[in-house]
Amino acid sequence: MTTNYSELLKRGVQTRRLRRKSVNGFMLSLTGILTLLALVPLFWIIGYVIYRGGKTLNLAFFTQLPKPMGMAGGGVLHAIEGSLIVTLMATVLAFVPGVLAAFYAARNPNTPLGIALRFSTDVLSGVPSIVVGLFGYTLIVKPQGHYSAFAGSVALAILMLPTIIRTTEEMLKLVPGALREGSLALGASEWKTSLNVLLPAAMDGVITGVLLAIARAAGETAPLLFTTLGNERFDLGSIIKSGVQNHQGIFQIMGRIFNSPIDSLPLTLWKYAQQPYPERVDQAWGVALILMILVLTINVIARIWIELRKKKLRG
Amino acid sequence: MDMKIEIKQKGDWVVDDNPNIKMKTTYLSVNYGKFRALTDINMEISEQKITAIIGPSGCGKSTLLRSFNRMNDLTPSARIEGEIALDGENIYGKNVDVVDVRRRIGMVFQRPNPFPKSIYDNVSYGPRLYGIRDRNNLDGIVESSLRQSALWDEVKDKLHQSGMSLSGGQQQRLCIARALAVQPEVILMDEPASALDPISTLRIEELMHDLAKSYTIIIVTHNMQQAARVSDFTAMMMIDETRSGRLIEYNATNIIFTRPQDKRTEDYVTGRFG
Repeated sequence: MTTNYSELLKRGVQTRRLRRKSVNGFMLSLTGILTLLALVPLFWIIGYVIYRGGKTLNLAFFTQLPKPMGMAGGGVLHAIEGSLIVTLMATVLAFVPGVLAAFYAARNPNTPLGIALRFSTDVLSGVPSIVVGLFGYTLIVKPQGHYSAFAGSVALAILMLPTIIRTTEEMLKLVPGALREGSLALGASEWKTSLNVLLPAAMDGVITGVLLAIARAAGETAPLLFTTLGNERFDLGSIIKSGVQNHQGIFQIMGRIFNSPIDSLPLTLWKYAQQPYPERVDQAWGVALILMILVLTINVIARIWIELRKKKLRG
Repeated sequence: MDMKIEIKQKGDWVVDDNPNIKMKTTYLSVNYGKFRALTDINMEISEQKITAIIGPSGCGKSTLLRSFNRMNDLTPSARIEGEIALDGENIYGKNVDVVDVRRRIGMVFQRPNPFPKSIYDNVSYGPRLYGIRDRNNLDGIVESSLRQSALWDEVKDKLHQSGMSLSGGQQQRLCIARALAVQPEVILMDEPASALDPISTLRIEELMHDLAKSYTIIIVTHNMQQAARVSDFTAMMMIDETRSGRLIEYNATNIIFTRPQDKRTEDYVTGRFG
């Protein structure tokens, strides 16, 4: 019986060799081809955006305000400024509450508040961004009676929160418990331990999370439609200049900026692409290219940062 | 301070003829939820001596050690009965500040756990917690702590490098310096050399000898040679039939290792069991 069985096995190995090899080869090439296929859209997009947008890019595109419709030349400085202002403000608004909430969730995962927090970050990250825009509209634009950069920042901050909370929480959980005990054994309070030991140890992850959240928020259009509206005549330079001339304080100038409707790169792209003027459509491709480079750069920086810090921590 | 032991009860071990009792546990029991991890521990810790706690895995050595500076408070389900006195005062008493307990009773952990900060910031972390900000003061504390932990000569030129860049043995001595910087009276060591190579282990043991001149040291160890080499007194622990840890014998180390009174201790220290 046993000899028979091992004979059968041996014969099976020999007779099925060809079939085994051919099926394996077929499957290997199939997975390879499909992988290439999956990469096509990515490189197609990148290539086409560079091809169409590259022609528009020049110094003026980055440094000048838009010319009137139908006229060639001009740039999208207003949108670059707008994107920077709104995203920066959103980061400032989301960072501290996000990190503190993550601390709470990491330390008290099984309390009612901790469970509620985890559940609501899940829900929040699934809310369509245009709904968040609508929320910003109801919360700030409507009571104030005007569109504003601030309303857009709030909408983007809400979009950034789940990413920041989630990554920070994960990073805090990765910090060895021994570090926490080491600090507590010296008599430090939980708060001091969190602030002085856990947060620095998890900082790389936190920064990465924030960068990824920024990359996501910087590309959002929908939440801004209802909140910042767009403003081709926004001119940061002249606001600051007139502010200084009128001896306004920094908070007054900032107030003017945040109260003003403002443009952003994605918003500009969306508007320019619909216009009947070929110059504007070309500029839309230019904006697309800037946006793509911006998001890609933030992602790459985040990843390089992680790698460098990992090496440094290993000593 | 009353230091002379007068009551002698069953399970009460008198180990020193003329003891300066630094710490004393009285009917100490620790429960985790419904599980009783330690039962009725009565022991006295002599001042400026090294007391080793030995016993098989899971017998509650670490639980006992962590009770000495209230690290068990961090486990939500842990509940303490009985008391532990430091200089005659119950550290679990109502008016006792846990921060003060942990300042006076420092701890060194099994695996070196330097903070991901510079060597200087690791050592000055404790003093800063207690409001010492003056640079000159901190410089002095950092140097003297690192000297005491025999690390100064190796790191004096790179105080601002990360503590994580040191070798395992150096990291452990950094952690000892960090504990010394808040001028504790007692130092708890939870298998401080178990993650280290033999040479680093030797250095830590030499260091413990030096430190015992000014500090009271309690060390948990799995390594019986280590207990025999470094300690003045040895406590032998074992679990009873309910899997709860008990102190079964406590005596001068040479007695524990040469003529133990309990058969289980003898079996354990001679390697026949455990």
